[in-house]
Amino acid sequence: MSAKAEPLVVVSAGPGLLRRLLHNRSGAVGLALVALYLVVGVLGLLNLTPYSSLEQHPIDRLLPPNSHYLMGTDLFGRDVTSRLMVGAANSLRVAVLSVTLSGALGALLGTVSGFVGGTLDNVIMRVMDVFFAFPAILLAMLVVVVLGPGMMNTVFAIAVVYTPIFARVARGPVLSVKAMEFVTAARCLGVREGRILLLHVLPNTLAPLIVQVSLALSWSLLTEAGLSFLGLGTQPPEPSWGVMLSESRGLAELAPWLMIYPGLAIMLGVLGFNLLGDGLRDVLDPRLRGR
Amino acid sequence: MFRYLAQRLIAFLPTLLGISILVFLAIRLVPGDAIVAMLGTEAGMLTQTQRDALEAYFGLDKPPLEQYVSWLGNVVQGNLGFSVRHGAPVLDVILRRFPVTVELAILAMIIALAIGLPVGVLSAVRHNSVIDLAGRLFALIGLAMPNFLLGTLIIYVLSVYFSVLPNAGNYVGIADDPLRNLGQVLFPAMTLGFSFSASVMRTTRSAMLEVMGEDYIRTARSKGLREWRVVVRHALRNALIPVVTIAGVEMGYLLGGTVIVEEIFSLPGIGRLALNAILQRDYALVQGVTLFIALNFVLINLIVDVLYTLIDPRVSYVRKG
Repeated sequence: MSAKAEPLVVVSAGPGLLRRLLHNRSGAVGLALVALYLVVGVLGLLNLTPYSSLEQHPIDRLLPPNSHYLMGTDLFGRDVTSRLMVGAANSLRVAVLSVTLSGALGALLGTVSGFVGGTLDNVIMRVMDVFFAFPAILLAMLVVVVLGPGMMNTVFAIAVVYTPIFARVARGPVLSVKAMEFVTAARCLGVREGRILLLHVLPNTLAPLIVQVSLALSWSLLTEAGLSFLGLGTQPPEPSWGVMLSESRGLAELAPWLMIYPGLAIMLGVLGFNLLGDGLRDVLDPRLRGR
Repeated sequence: MFRYLAQRLIAFLPTLLGISILVFLAIRLVPGDAIVAMLGTEAGMLTQTQRDALEAYFGLDKPPLEQYVSWLGNVVQGNLGFSVRHGAPVLDVILRRFPVTVELAILAMIIALAIGLPVGVLSAVRHNSVIDLAGRLFALIGLAMPNFLLGTLIIYVLSVYFSVLPNAGNYVGIADDPLRNLGQVLFPAMTLGFSFSASVMRTTRSAMLEVMGEDYIRTARSKGLREWRVVVRHALRNALIPVVTIAGVEMGYLLGGTVIVEEIFSLPGIGRLALNAILQRDYALVQGVTLFIALNFVLINLIVDVLYTLIDPRVSYVRKG
């Protein structure tokens, strides 16, 4: 890929961000959904669930939603609400870890690559191109083959897919920022290169990265569910929205709630991060407003 | 044009080499012994001589670099190895499954464009109207609905309300029984097409909004052209470039096998082949399928670049050199 320097819009991601986000329709709805997801996830993480997510109630198998089990029970009499909450915690853990990992690594590779330029830039970006040549889910599956299935390995699988994306998103703005006068000025003042990169270039490239973080969270939520659905991610009996959906197959006629609730949970979570991403982009990049 | 194509192909060589190294390394990184992985528990019954003979046969006794070079040499000649599980050469297994995926991909793409383009154009032309709002809502849902959920829902609705099981029975080739084949491929294609139509819609809408504000649209209108002609002939044609881009990328993904949808609907496509190869630890097949899919992906991207020149005469690769 050739280096395409984007016209630069420097927008501060400061304290006014939240206020501006709340005034944006997509941003506000997205933020609300993400907050809901966070609350449910944290409750699940702390095991503050109505029942244990693994506890089986053999007498209460496949009960439709009722006052005891708000979202019904599954084939083993496990409480769907509790499993959904712990599933939220699990997907949240995978999403946050994988996006932190890929975001940090990708941003580092991208900014250094763009800032230093030359051969290093060429080598790093060619290596990233190799990763781009794989459809994302296949690359994630390949990582799972090497590491074996499991929740933590899903984190690495998603991180491998997203690191090149972050690298590319971070590199673009660096190319235009590093040619700006304030960078030259800093250099004239004798500021060391590492410091220029960290304090002068990086903060001015954050806007697209922040938007990308939101989209990456949405994608990692989907991928965790997808891999678990295929049996390559979170392993049963540990609850994950993907595992729950997969277990609902074949029972959907008998117990549609087993499919509806995890399905809705995934949709609302993804919708939340997508809307938040849209809102952030509107707020941070005025050129795209209303698109 | 041909010079450009040749240049692009040469520029792809390092990427292709990188892909092959990555695939080769990934399989070598799998923990455990390759012989054990191949034979399972039966490997324990081998004598040391038999084991050495097998290792020599598969070239596992040679240093990794030598293994890679000889593997690459074979790949270039079209020999992707032998699938233990299928009892057939890897390339044969892949080519037998590939038509299913191609059919699914093409049908899904048609569905996505048939929904996404008109809705996107309408949304942009009636900007901020009820239609626009409905269109945007549709896109939001489409983007948030994972295809394993939509697929499961479609199967549920079909089986409960129409007593049809789209994934029942063996897959029938399009040449054997076109109607039955369509019945088997249509619903998975709808599942894939729906998700993608949402991105088509969004991209079309935003590109149309941008184009509709251009001077030449005002000119076309002031010439007295009918509105639909302005929209289709002048606006849409110019708004198509980003749509072609995402359609191309999506086609690459679709041809890479839509693992989840093929799995849900029990279609013997290339994605399911890859998944089963992984689950069954058929490493020669994993290696072959992965390489095949990545090559496909790269080729599709090249084709998309060429398509640009056909849609937009301003994009010329010849002069750039």
